[in-house]
Order: sequence, then structure tokens, then C-alpha cells
Amino acid sequence: MSTFIAITISGLALGAVYFLVASGLSLIYGLMDVLNFAHGAFLTLGAYAGWEVASHLTGALGTEGQFAATIAAATAGGAFVALVTEVLLIRPLYGRPISQILVTVGLDLALVGLLLGAFGSNSRAIPAPAWLTSVTRVGAERLPNGDFVALGAGIVVLCGLTWFLRYTRYGLVIRAGVENREMVQALGIDVGRAFTLVFVIGGAAAGLAGLLYSFVFSGGLVDPTQGDQLLIFAFIVVVIGGLGSLNGSVIAAILVGLVQVYVGFYLGSHNGLAELGNVSVVLLLAVVLQARPGGLLGTPT
Amino acid sequence: MSTTTTPTTPTDPTGAASPVRRATDRFVARLAGGPPRVGGTAPVRRTGSVVGGIVLAVFAVLPFVGVQVPWVLPGTVDVVNSAGTLQVLGLCFVFGGVALGYDLLFGYTGLLSFGQVLYFAEGAYVFDIALTQWHWALLPALALTAGVGLVLAVVLGAISLRVNGIAFAMVTLAFAQAMYYLIEDNPHGLTGGDTGLAMATARVPALLLGVGNTRDLYWLALAFLLVVYAVVWLATESVTGRVWMAIRENEARVEVLGLRSFPFKLSAVVLSSLIATGGGVVYLLLIGTVAPDAVASTTVTISVLVMVVLGGVGTRWGAVVGAIVYVYLQQYLLKVAAQPSFASLPGVLRAPLSQPEFLLGAIFILFILFAPGGIAGITGRLRHGIASRRQDAQKGGSSGARAH
Repeated sequence: MSTFIAITISGLALGAVYFLVASGLSLIYGLMDVLNFAHGAFLTLGAYAGWEVASHLTGALGTEGQFAATIAAATAGGAFVALVTEVLLIRPLYGRPISQILVTVGLDLALVGLLLGAFGSNSRAIPAPAWLTSVTRVGAERLPNGDFVALGAGIVVLCGLTWFLRYTRYGLVIRAGVENREMVQALGIDVGRAFTLVFVIGGAAAGLAGLLYSFVFSGGLVDPTQGDQLLIFAFIVVVIGGLGSLNGSVIAAILVGLVQVYVGFYLGSHNGLAELGNVSVVLLLAVVLQARPGGLLGTPT
Repeated sequence: MSTTTTPTTPTDPTGAASPVRRATDRFVARLAGGPPRVGGTAPVRRTGSVVGGIVLAVFAVLPFVGVQVPWVLPGTVDVVNSAGTLQVLGLCFVFGGVALGYDLLFGYTGLLSFGQVLYFAEGAYVFDIALTQWHWALLPALALTAGVGLVLAVVLGAISLRVNGIAFAMVTLAFAQAMYYLIEDNPHGLTGGDTGLAMATARVPALLLGVGNTRDLYWLALAFLLVVYAVVWLATESVTGRVWMAIRENEARVEVLGLRSFPFKLSAVVLSSLIATGGGVVYLLLIGTVAPDAVASTTVTISVLVMVVLGGVGTRWGAVVGAIVYVYLQQYLLKVAAQPSFASLPGVLRAPLSQPEFLLGAIFILFILFAPGGIAGITGRLRHGIASRRQDAQKGGSSGARAH
């Protein structure tokens, strides 16, 4: 029983990380019809930005200060690279959605190559405070603190995004743009700014997700290709949830996270098939698509 | 749209002047970034086949050319017919075939798949496992590989075609990634996991083995490319091929005209998947070993996509040229990065230059931004430029206005 609870918490934490990645992807797709393939590179760059800052500080700000600086660096790094991408590569290609997708594919290829060239293919360890890697006792359970941090980050971002979309002017523009972009433009609203904003928000969430994934799920290590692995699961979450639906991403992220860890733990690790959890998620995708081609909360196309 | 009243019956969407045909031609021209073709395609095609024949003849006799060429060869020995160079060229041809198959799917039918590597990996791995783990003879192993490839393509194709557009891309990506994880997992020790699986040579004809016979493998790869080219040419010029292009152009309209698009889309998926499977088989014979990262990772799909776009989407020869350029550059850059003089470069230059993927990705981005028709688009524009200048000269430059 105690394993079950620990596994469930871990699955929810994984779902939270997936949500951080998928929310950006889903918003970007919903508003701009761009499948951002370079999102994986944003994730990795965020984690490396965190590593860069944390390894240069070496305790200058104290443990907590350093942790906060690491998180800030990852978020800002992801946001910055997303901003540059949108302005330099996506904006000149408005009206050519396939080209926009292809350019993000090329960017992903180039950025991962650049990271491999700069940091090598070996993983780097990101310095983390001791409490992050230890466990909390709740009754008889021993629950890793990292899981709670990831879960908390997911909830904070979800609440922040919901508030932003519901109660701010730009949120209104973005929601309207997802519904009907041409109409918003026809009303004289500068959708271009909303595009940039959505990209920056998505990039920031991705950078944060990349760092949290390193901390919580790969033992504090970051390597140049981890973002692309994570991106594929985020794609699955986005499709299961329904393209462009933020609430769909939430449900799908939790579902995928839980299925992945349950199958991986209860069926996979006993039979020596470490990757079975990953495979099961793809099967889940196939089942959902058979039942609802538009995803759980999407409209069928 | 068309202003003529050409009757387009659902059973014959292939009439020479049908709206579908003209629409697809316009679409191809638009994709190629140039103006629509003028004055029919016959002369262009004739020049094309002459050039193609000459290039093919040159490639076919290359293994007899023992000339030393400095700098430009990707092999470690600077001789044209050295084993290293022939192997790289063979790899170019394998990916030329796979890219052609992908162009059939993406360029002709308009289906953006991110999972093409699945079938490439299936070809290489099932063939390897049958030969190496089960000690099957060559032909049964081939038959098994083709059979599994066919079943996978039909089943996974049918599932992924439940969705359209971007969702199709993501779903195919997910399937391919599941295959990658299965291979990494090494079930029953079949795939060799991370380290891969070297091909057992006991049941393979001696003709196709060893460094001394790289020549034969080179010809095998060239023959593969030639067969794929013929198949893709026949398929895209057939009735089915016309429907593929019509689907790419306007799927709803095809359905309204009374054709169900699903079987046509599935046939495109299956044919291009089988081509990728064939590519995997030839890859295994040529390289002699498989590993997940080289054969089954999403990077392979992305590379093939880049090859097709670099060469020119929806143009058969463009995909082949794109693949040859891509693989050649990739291998050549790797060789350059491995040279001792390279290590003396400052780190700022060395880090990006040591990664062919960085340079190829950057080149690709530049093409998307500035030459979206790829190599074929550039040559098309040049050719059109010459043709229209000639026309202008004939007309005394009276009608100099040109579409751009």
C-alpha cells in the first residue's frame, strides 16, 4: 500500500511536468497552428541555464537562494530562447504553417547539435539543495520531496495560466484568438503580440519543466537529448487532451503520468522491461484516438 | 479555381486537363517556390532524363575509378573507389530511396509523418534478428521482414489516419518512439539493447560481405535507389498518384467528388513504409550492424524530412539529391571534425563545427527562410529564368512582365 501511494505521487509529479510542457505546446498550437518541435530544445536549454547558474554560484547566495536562482535561470532561459525563436524564425513565416513547423524541426536539430558540441554527450549534475533529494515521512510513507516540488510547480503554473487567460486583457485576446484568429485580427487587435507572448510563456514553462525533470526524474542530471525524449510524451499528452485545450492537457497529463508509472512499476520492472511504461502510454494514445479522434476535450477535426 | 466545365467524374479524376491535374501542378509549382511551369513539361522531362541517365552511368562506373582526389572525399583514404568512400555513397543511395518514399507521403499525399523511422528500423532489425538470432536463410528472412513491415504499416497506418494534420504527425511520432523503446528494452535479448546487434554473416552470400566487396554493396544500394525511383515514378504518375495529389490539394473536395480518401491515404502510407523497410534491409547489409540511435531514433525521421525539404518537396529527383547532399555532408563533416588539426581550433568554432547536425540544421533553417523550394526550386527558378529570357528575346522583349 505504501508503495502504491509513493508511486501515485510520483505519477502525479510526472504529470505536472508533462503539463508544464504540454500547456505551452497546446497554447501555441491553438493560437498559431504551429507545432513547436523546438520545444524539446527549450526544455534542455532551460535545464542547462539552471546548471550554468547553479555551478557558478557555488553557495554565494546560500542553499535556498541558489535554488531560487537556478529555477529563475531555467525559466528565464526558456523564455528568452522562445522569444528569439518567435521573433527571428516564426514571425517571418506567418501564413506558411508547414514552413513554421519545419523551421522548428531544423532549430531543434541545430540546438541539440550545439548543446552536444558545447557540453558533450555526457550528463552534467545540477547542484541541488539536500532537502530536494531527501524524503518526507507521512505516517508510514516515505515520499520524495522532489515530487511535491514538481507537483506544486504544476499547480502554481496552472492557476497562474488560468488567471491570466481569464482575467487579463491579453488572456482574453489569446482565448479569442484560439477560437477564431481571423475575427480577432479583423477587429483590429494586434495578434502578433499575443503570438510572441504565448511563445514566451510556453518557453518559460518549458525551461522550468526541463529543470524540474532533471531534478526529480533523472537524479539531478541533464544531457543534451533529454528534452526530445520528454517532448514526445508532451505531444502524446497534447493529442490525448485535445489540441488547443488547456483543461484537456491537465487531464491528459495526469492520466499519462499515472499510466506510465503504474505500468512501468507493476508490469515493467518485474519483467525486466524497463521501458514498458513508456510503451503503454503510446497504447493509451491509440485507444483514445479510436474512441475520440479529437482527443478528450478537443473538437474532432 | 477553374472556369472551364470539364466534366470530372469520380471514377476518372485523371483526365489530362482535369481541374485536379491543373490544381496539383499549380500546387507543386507553388511549393517549389517558382512560377507555374510554362509551355508543357515534355522538354524539361527529356533534359531531366538525359541528365539523370548520365549521373546514373557515372555512379555505376565509379567503383572502377581509382583516382586520387584530395579534400572532398568523405572516406579516410582520398581515392574515389576506396571502401570508405563507396560505403558513404552507398549510404547516400539508401537514404535517397528512403527520402523518395517519404516524399511520396509528404510531398505527394500531403501527410506529414514523424514516424518514418519505425519502418526503417523494422527492416533493419527484423532482418538482422532473423539472420543473427534465428539463423534463418537470406530469403525467408527477407520474406519475414517484408511481411512484418506490411502488417505494421497497415495496422499502424489505419490507426494513425484516424486523425489529420498535426495530430497525424504526433501520433506517428509516438508509434515510432514506442518501437525505439521496445528495441532499447532488449526483450529476450533479441535486439541487443543499447549496443545494437551486429549481423551474423553465416547465411549471407560471400558476395555481400567484407570490405573487399564494398563495391557490390555499393551497387546493391544503387540498384535499391533505382528500383525505388521506378516504383515511386510509376505510383505517382498512376491514377492513384493523381488522387494522392488531389488529397494533398483539397481532401474535402476529393470526398465530395465521391472518392473515399482513406484507402488512398493508407496506400500511400503502406507503400512509403515498405520502401523504408527495404532501405533498412539494405542499410543492414551495407553497414553490417544496427544500433537504436543510428537506426530507430526520431533523429532519423527528422533527417529524412530535412533531406526531402532540402531537395525540394514533391519533386522526385529533389528528394534524392537532398538525401545525397545531406548524408555526404554529414559524413564529410564528421571526417573533418575527427582530424587532428581540428583540435587546434578555438572552442567557440570547434564546438558547433564538430556537430554535423548543428550545421545541417542551420542550413535547413536558411533554406526554409530563403529558398523554400529547396534545391529543386532553385534550379527550377534558374531554368525558368533562362527560358523566359529566351522567350523575351524571341518576342523582342515586348512582354517582359514576369510572374515572380
